[in-house]
Amino acid sequence: MRLPGSTVPPVAVRPTPRTARGAGWRQREGLAAMAFLAPAALGFGAFFLWPTLRALYLSLTDWDLLSPPTLIGFDNYVRLAQDPLFWNALGVTAEYVVLNIGSQTILALGLAVLLHRLTRSMVIRGIVLLPYLIPNVVVALIFLWMLDFNLGVSNEVLEWLGVGRIPFLSSETWAIPTIAGINTWRYLGHTALLIFAGLQAIPREVYEAAAIDGGSEWRIFTRITVPLLRPVLALVLVLTMIGSFQIFDTVAVTTRGGPENATRVLYYYVFERAFNQYDFGYAAAICTVLMFILAAITFVQLRLMRANQSDLS
Amino acid sequence: MTSIPIAEPTDTSTAARPAPAVTPSAPRRGSRRWRPGRVLAWVALGTVLGATLFPFWWVVRTGLSNTKELTTNAGSFLPVDLTLGAFRRVLGVATTEDAVAQGGSGASLNFWLFLRNSVVVATLITAGQVFFSAMAAYAFARLRWPGRDAVFFLFLTALMIPPIFTMIPNFVLIKQLGLLNTFAGVVAPYFFMTPFAVFFMRQFLLGISHEVEEAALIDGAGRFRIFSRIILPISSAPLATLAILTYLQAWNEYMWPLVVGQREDVRVLTVALALVRQQTPQGSPDWAGLMAGTVLAALPVVLLLLVFGRRLINSIQFTGLK
Repeated sequence: MRLPGSTVPPVAVRPTPRTARGAGWRQREGLAAMAFLAPAALGFGAFFLWPTLRALYLSLTDWDLLSPPTLIGFDNYVRLAQDPLFWNALGVTAEYVVLNIGSQTILALGLAVLLHRLTRSMVIRGIVLLPYLIPNVVVALIFLWMLDFNLGVSNEVLEWLGVGRIPFLSSETWAIPTIAGINTWRYLGHTALLIFAGLQAIPREVYEAAAIDGGSEWRIFTRITVPLLRPVLALVLVLTMIGSFQIFDTVAVTTRGGPENATRVLYYYVFERAFNQYDFGYAAAICTVLMFILAAITFVQLRLMRANQSDLS
Repeated sequence: MTSIPIAEPTDTSTAARPAPAVTPSAPRRGSRRWRPGRVLAWVALGTVLGATLFPFWWVVRTGLSNTKELTTNAGSFLPVDLTLGAFRRVLGVATTEDAVAQGGSGASLNFWLFLRNSVVVATLITAGQVFFSAMAAYAFARLRWPGRDAVFFLFLTALMIPPIFTMIPNFVLIKQLGLLNTFAGVVAPYFFMTPFAVFFMRQFLLGISHEVEEAALIDGAGRFRIFSRIILPISSAPLATLAILTYLQAWNEYMWPLVVGQREDVRVLTVALALVRQQTPQGSPDWAGLMAGTVLAALPVVLLLLVFGRRLINSIQFTGLK
């Protein structure tokens, strides 16, 4: 680590041992640390820690924001267990996550291997990453237009092919797969670049040895690439799946939960409960359940895929 | 898009710790002749690139079209009745007659106002978050104090909490503070820190040699002087990377500003664009105008990618594999 010359203080030759700096230096360091930490600690306390505790508390109350919250114990959770809309939201979200993560991970793995094999071009990697950088809202609007029943280019093509028009976002059957597809488009490049970084970490010698042994491409892929990539894949799966569970923007812009609850995903359901119906206690209870689901998924996945052990060492 | 200018040819500093041994090239086996497999692979890659880029072309094509004529020529690959009318409408420089003649509503979108709001929000968040997170990271990485690791762990656990979980109490807090529909309210939760930003900077600061600081300390420099004169200049590369990531995130955010910043004078672009669509739920909206708006909303992001391409790509590879 080099410093620009002007900022380097002349190196003192005095050999001052740490202990000789006076008794208070450790205390001073503590004070300095508190000063450095103060703004971030304020933000963390006010907008992360305190709201977390408050949300847990709110989930045990009935609150419409107008009158003070009333404690009702676990009633919200009992109500939740009997709420068909909650189970619908959970089911719809699960369907979305399976379709989105399934297609996205397989395609991204393929794309990462292609990139790794074919090119080091930053331009190509930039193009691949581009959709990820565009706002969710913009992506949703773009596809809303391209998938429009009457004017959308997709339906023009389908009609030209003789398949007939598909009501992508306005049919109960198609809405979730369509939204899953939209977000696969958006996140494909990002996921592929994460996997690509994992591929770069596999030593070349492994491939060279396999080539000398005359392994076919497919054999190398299944016997070497995938096993060595496992820890990376596990992490990528956890990250993308947690993100996928939190689908909101696309739904809010394209279908708004419809048609007939077909796309009322968990986030959107919570959002409606809280900000349209002012049912804050109940919304907080759903959030709490969602948080435990995400924690469980993370834990199980990391366990199943033994993410912390690498086959490389 | 033709090229991504690369600012620094070897930007290793974006990775806050040594990147996993980057092999200089993809493994090449055997000859470089055009085997059928290789051709097929290029075709597959080309298909992906085409599928990635096509929607962008389609948006531009629609933005350059005349909304009234779109119905008759929905499948045309080129702009229908090529015109800048949609962009004029969005930017508020078209006359009402012109706008209505091309299928616009005649109502103005206030694009400049929403653009200003997005710039204000993203800039404030980036400036605050990067600076304060760097300060916190310094305390975690370079200073010794009791309970340091426990507090850092507490910060990290916040990464596990879904944003909507804290959003409800945060909304209540902002409302109780009387900050609804103010920039302060829109910016507040991201202004002081995010766990990721602190973590990102800490990883980098851990790698700086201690001798640099020791020398300055012996010379009697205070901690703030060391931070501002030594630590920040050394960290300019990761700071820039973090700033770009934060700016993108703030620019793209939708749910939080939707909840606390509905009013026009603080409404950001994402919220405004979604609203345009929601105000015409049944009828056919002014598609050309809407697409022109999305082009303009996405433009800053595309510019960031063009200017900081390599830095962005490297940082995303790092963030996934922390």
